[in-house]
This record gives sequence, structure tokens and C-alpha cells, in this order.
Amino acid sequence: MAEARDYRAIGTRPVRPDGVDKVTGRANFGADMTLPNMIHGKVLRSPHAHARIKSIDASRALRLPGVYAVISGADFPSGAEGEISGEGGGTVSDLAKNIMARDKALYHGHAVAAVAAKTAFLAESALELIDVDYEVLPPVLDVDTAMADGAPLVDEHQRTGGGQGDAPSNIAAITKFERGDPEAGFAAADVVVEGAYRVPTAHQGYIEPHACTATLDEEGRATVWCCTQGHFDVRSMTAGVLGKSVGEIKVVPSEIGGGFGGKTVIYLEPLAVKLSELTGRPVKMVMSREEVFRATGPTSASHCRVKVGAKRDGTITAATAWLAYEAGAFPGAPVGPGCMSVFAPYDLDNFRIEGFDVLVNKPKAAAYRAPGAPQSLHAMESTIDELARKLGMDPIDLRLANCADEGTHAPYGPTFPAIGIKKCLEAAKVHPNYTTPKADGTGRGIAAGFWFNIGMQSSAEVRLSEDGTVTVMEGSPDIGGSRASMCLMAAETLGVPYNIVRAHVGDTESTGFCNVTGGSRTTFATGLAVVQACEDIIAECKQRAAMTWDIDADQVDWTDGEAVPKPGVNIDVAPLSLADIAGNAGRTGGPILGRASLNAQGAGASFSVNFADVTVDRETGKVDVLNFTAIQDAGTAIHPAYVEGQMQGGAVQGLGWALNEEYIYDDNGVMENAGFLDYRVPVASDMPMIDTQIIEVPNPSHPYGVRGVGETPIVAPLAVASNAVSDALGFRISDLPLSPPSVLAAIDGHDEA
Amino acid sequence: MSKVHVVTNVNGEPREMLCEPQQSLLEVLRDELGMTGTKEGCATGDCGACSVMLNGRLVCSCLTLGVEAEDADITTIEGIAEGSQLHPVQRKFLEHAALQCGICTPGFIVATKALLDRNPNPDETTIRYWLAGNLCRCTGYDKIIRAVQDAATELAHEA
Repeated sequence: MAEARDYRAIGTRPVRPDGVDKVTGRANFGADMTLPNMIHGKVLRSPHAHARIKSIDASRALRLPGVYAVISGADFPSGAEGEISGEGGGTVSDLAKNIMARDKALYHGHAVAAVAAKTAFLAESALELIDVDYEVLPPVLDVDTAMADGAPLVDEHQRTGGGQGDAPSNIAAITKFERGDPEAGFAAADVVVEGAYRVPTAHQGYIEPHACTATLDEEGRATVWCCTQGHFDVRSMTAGVLGKSVGEIKVVPSEIGGGFGGKTVIYLEPLAVKLSELTGRPVKMVMSREEVFRATGPTSASHCRVKVGAKRDGTITAATAWLAYEAGAFPGAPVGPGCMSVFAPYDLDNFRIEGFDVLVNKPKAAAYRAPGAPQSLHAMESTIDELARKLGMDPIDLRLANCADEGTHAPYGPTFPAIGIKKCLEAAKVHPNYTTPKADGTGRGIAAGFWFNIGMQSSAEVRLSEDGTVTVMEGSPDIGGSRASMCLMAAETLGVPYNIVRAHVGDTESTGFCNVTGGSRTTFATGLAVVQACEDIIAECKQRAAMTWDIDADQVDWTDGEAVPKPGVNIDVAPLSLADIAGNAGRTGGPILGRASLNAQGAGASFSVNFADVTVDRETGKVDVLNFTAIQDAGTAIHPAYVEGQMQGGAVQGLGWALNEEYIYDDNGVMENAGFLDYRVPVASDMPMIDTQIIEVPNPSHPYGVRGVGETPIVAPLAVASNAVSDALGFRISDLPLSPPSVLAAIDGHDEA
Repeated sequence: MSKVHVVTNVNGEPREMLCEPQQSLLEVLRDELGMTGTKEGCATGDCGACSVMLNGRLVCSCLTLGVEAEDADITTIEGIAEGSQLHPVQRKFLEHAALQCGICTPGFIVATKALLDRNPNPDETTIRYWLAGNLCRCTGYDKIIRAVQDAATELAHEA
């Protein structure tokens, strides 16, 4: 049971161990790999959003000097089976078909063939010489059309819920949660508010495009170097797609240039291995930015309807949610977590939630930071804001009157242990940015955020060098400073200075299994493994000290990084430091290492409250964010600067989605803004400083009270922006993005009405 | 197409290379000279990850041809530290946790040094507009701006 307490290392803000390499250009990312004799692979992508592939003829490409191989769907085994692990989920079969189309191309950008050639430039030239005969089919591009009777079918074999009996449908699955009697609840309400909200397709927008290099030796053993959030999952997914065993594949993670969920899945790795197999050379593949937009993980566009009823005093009597999410071309929209999140900040007796996983001719949705929650909570938190207006209540007071707390039976099943939503709301209420009245002509919006967080499997090894310095070896790619968190937790546990501990991310053959860096699990679950491995070291060191002093191990204490005899043990010896014990290890039994492996339980939900002030230019429709305040429960902040960084980065990502980002398609399903010029993510001059306040309600399931903090920050900003813009305008715009053209159209429409 | 012989200076050292006429300076730096500190995020001049100094001007090396480097002075991220001493901008990025994944960091550091070389005392708005050509998806920019402000203060004290 963790309680807030004084720490020596935890809570400090040291420089991260990988920092110097990252400010000097020395750190190696996905595209930085070079091997002797290496050649380059490129992917031919469908120009159509929906088309039957009648034939592929690569003979012209293969005649080009310097072109070594061309592959297509026929080169991959059919009938791949099993589920993929990680945050996004789905089946190996769908993953395989997403990586390389088989009989149909299902979105503009879907891979249909790949080339290996002497240079990347030559490989690209060869793509133009591959002749693909397509029968173009009508695409379906949004959930409303896709769910309507008679809509074109993305997959003629798809039946809702995987059943056999019903007619084919674009609705891959339906999720339902219900409790109490929502109709009776609405009947008992004094006020009922309902609305429909649309959120557009958005991309994770990591700055580093996907990249990998693969080589296959004469015994069929592959080595893959790639940028990924989880190399063990890359190994199993690549094995699944290629019909190999995981033992035949080694995956070495590079540094990773952002992922946000989008690098929990794979796109290139099986292609590179297959091309290496055919050519006998290492093959490097790097996506262009355009490919990243067209063919990798956007998150789901959504259409959400939420209805909430309440008494005059603000007590919510009933709520319903209808959530339809785009899955892209294969089942697996994050609508399940969307349903589970939508009412999570509240303590409700009567509710009904229905979610629809809907196929459309767009790239297969991948996890994106709190997958599913931003969309559904945008709808809920906008509705709550409307309810507050109708009731004439402060929006924080309305939330305080209904918020979940320890003991609340969460809408998605469990009973919450200690959680921080109430403390976040109370902190917001007295925050100087909130108690300061908004300026004339501005709008203020507030919203709550939530993410479950996950535990899953992690391993760690901790090794003592002969001088007592400490090496932590673990398998969670460091996407935002997690090595520093591991070092801090190890230093705290061992009682040694931070700067003698170094953390490393090992490849699949150098360290034990770890699931992806995702689900905000790394500091929690891999951190737990590191703490346990350090406890293993301490136990061993006590043993060694006992041997040295000729007493029993249970007569030894570990205090401030030293072995000391327990009080009352009658022996006159100097304490033995970690360095003393390590230096003498050869005489007391050999090298000292600790290890732990676990499937972590009790990740601890993370809640947030965000608010902001904005102005809206009525001439141009442009929204300016004047200030933004993020308050979030981190359990215990191991490295507060990186916790703040998660809060600030998530806030700006959420604001980007709310204010500008969207996939723009033409009627044929061609994405028209596949680049950073036209898919405009926030730049420095768009944003104010992001004020943060970390709340610490320790997670009872972690020795230091850690809760994951990475995903929750993106959830609230969508509704914060909507609520603030609505407050500024005096009427609500329900749909995102609140980009200048749509805000201007809404102002014009409202003025005419 | 035959390759072009290019003689240039990178981080104060004379370098020779053969490059294809269509190769960008970014590709030449990374693929021909093995200097992978300069990153590609978009290859269209929108993200700034490939920022380098070319004859004293901040440029996107993805929008510059390799052959344009003939006789030029190029400074890349590998040339920012002074010997074994980090440049104050590098140190302040570390101290302020102004990087998370680190892929945009080389570009930001080169761009920041270019700013502070010409304007030692920029206000927040100036910093934000100068760095508007460098995308960071992780930090929300807050800690980057603070690192730049702190670096400017430290450099002013040194001067």
C-alpha cells in the first residue's frame, strides 16, 4: 500500500541517461541503421480507396537494372491465425492483409506490392513499372453511410459480431453496457440535455516515419532493427504474418521518434524480411511522410450521441451514449474503450452505452493515446457543459456533485480504489487561473479526462558492476524519458545515487519479455519489475554481507544503500556499501544480479481536469488559446518534469485535434492533405505555455504509488476547446475540428438563423 | 545519371563526396557522409527536423540539393558541441526536459542556436515564431521555450 512519503530520488528532476546522445545527434533512430551490402525497399500503394486487384505484373520492374525483387500478397502465407497483443488488438490475419493487400485494396494507400532495389531512388522508380489491374469499387467513407442499408461493403464476408447467419454488414461489432433503468432516470429528471458530436479522423503525427532494416541468414533466422513501441510484439506479429516461429526472429529496437500508439503495430517489418529472404541482402525500408499519413494508424473518426438527465440540484439521474467509430478497413476501432470511458468520471445509477465498430475505406485505425476516450468524452464533457448552462451551475460544482470516488462502481465494471478525480476538481476550483475571471470577449471551457491505464507483462534485470555501479536492463522502448524513471526507482529502492544507475532497453534476445510501451504502463509495470529486481539485489547483498560477517541473512538490514547488522545483533562491523559488496562478489559467490518478471495488476486509473480561455475571431473563424491549465493525478510523479511534459504534450495534441487536425477526403476516398503543410499539427507560435498541476493520490497497487500518466492528457482538451469556443460565441459548435473554415461557417449559419 | 563531385565544409572540416544530382543535402549528409544526427521527418520542408546552417543561414537540408553544398560551410547538430563541452543550448534542453522522444531535438537545437546567434535576447513571441518551422509532437513546446529562454539568459551572462 503506497502512501505519500518522503523520497530521496523519486520526485527529483535529473537529466535523463539517454539525454546527451539525443542533444548531440548521436542517438540512433529507426532510419539511422546501415549494414554492409544493404539494399532498399519501397512499397507500391493503391491509388484507389476501394478496388478489386485483378492482376499484378512486375515483369517490367524486374527488368530494370538494380531491381532485385518484387513481392505482393501472393508471396505471404494465407490463413495466419491468432490475436495480436498490445493496445490496438485485432487478428494476425487482418494485420497480414493490412500490410499487403490480397484480393482487394481497401483504402487509398493500401500496400499492393513492394520492391527491393540497389537504392531507394531506384526502388521508387521501379514502383512505376509495376502494372496493377484494378476494378474500382465504390468506397464508403463515414460511419453514417457505412451503417445505412445498402451501403457498399468494405468486406463482403464481414458479419456483425463475426456471426454467420446475418447478412454482411460494415458493422463489425456492437458493444453494450447498461445499469439501472435509464428511462425511469430520465423521467425523474428536471432537465434533459442531448447532443450529437462528430470528431474527425486524426493522425498520431509522430515526427519519425516508420523505418526498419531486416536481414535473414541462411538458416532462416531474421534480425529486424526498427523503431517501435514494443519489439517483442513486433517479433510475434512479424512471425505471425510470415508463418515463422518467434524463435526465428530477433528484433532490436532503435530509439523511437514518437509513437503515441501508432508504433504498437507493424507495417514494414514482414516486407523487409521477405525481401531479404528473396535477395540474400539486408533490406532497409523507410516510409515517406505521405505514406505515414495514407497508410498508418490514424485514429477513428466518430459520431457520438449523448443524453444526460439531472435534477435541479445537479444530481444526474440518467445518461445514455450511442457511439459509432470508424475502424478503417479492418475491425478494431477503439469503441470498446470509448464506451468504457464515456461515463467513467461519474458515479451513475442509470445508464446505457452502445458502441459500433464500423468498417470504412480508410486506413486501419491504430491506437492513439487513450484510444477511444477523447472522442466519447468529448461528447460527454460537452453535454455536461450544456447541462451546467441549463442548470445555471458552475461546471466544476456540477462535476463535483456527480464525480466518481473511491468505492464508486465504475460504469465499466470495477469498483474504484483511491482515485484522483475529486482532488483534481477541487484543485481546479481554487486554481488562480480559474479564480481569475475570464477577460471580456473571451470564452472559458473546462472538461475532465480519464484513462484506465494497463499493467501487462514486464521483465527487468538489474546487474551490479564490480565497482557498485548499477545497470538496469529492461525491454520497454523509451519514448519520453522512461529510462530516467527506471533509474530513479532503482536508485530509490537500492538507496544509491541516481547517477550510478544506468538503464538500457535490451533487444528481444538480451532481456526478458515486455509488452509494448503503451497503455501508460511503462513506469507502472516495467517500473514495478525494476523495483522488484532491485529488491532481489538487496536480498542477495544481505546474503553476501551475512556471509562476510558470519551471521544469518535475516540479521542484516539494508539502509541507505548499505548492509548493516540489525539492531540488537551483537557484532562490531562497519556497514558494507553496494560497492563494497560488489567488489567482493568474486569471493562471496560470484556476480550479483537481480531479476523480476510479472504480469502487473492494478494499474490505477488516471483522471484529469483541464481548462482554458480562448478568443474567437468572428471575421476569420480563428481560435486562439490564451492559456491552458492541466491538472492530473499522477499517483506519484517519479520524474515530475517528464510527467509535466506528458500533460503539456497531450494538451497540445488534444488542442491540435480539436482546433485544426483532420483527414480531408475527396468523394473517391483520396486523402487530400497527406503532409504536414496541409495536415497542420500545432506549431510553437500556435500555443501558449501549458500550466500544470500534478495531483498525487498514490496508486495502492504500486510500491511507490505510480499511475500511468501518458494518455489521460489528450482526453480533456477536445471538450475544453469545444466548451471554451461555445462560451465565447454564445452558441455551441458540436463538431470538431474548430478550424477557421468550420467556425466561420458556424458563425455565418448562426447569424442567419 | 553520373554522380557529381562536391567539395564542402561540414562542421569546420573539409569533406568530399559524390552525390546524385537529385539528392538532397539531407540525403547526402545522412547516406554519403554517415552523419545521421540530422533527421528526416517529412522531406517537404514542413517539420524542421533536418535543420542545418548553410553559410550562416538556417535551412531545411531536405529542400537543399547536395550539389548546392559546393564550397559551402555547413553546420549540423554534430558540430554544435564545443569539443567535449555541450553548447549551453544543448545543456538547457537536457536540464529543462525539453525533449521526450528526441527526434526533433537536433533540428530544434540547430534552429535555436541560429536564433540566439542573431538575437541574443528574444522574447517569448519571437522564440515561438522563430521555432514555428520546427514541429515537436511530444512536448507541447512549453519546456522547449523555457529551455531557449534559459539558454539565452546564460549566454548573455557569458558574453
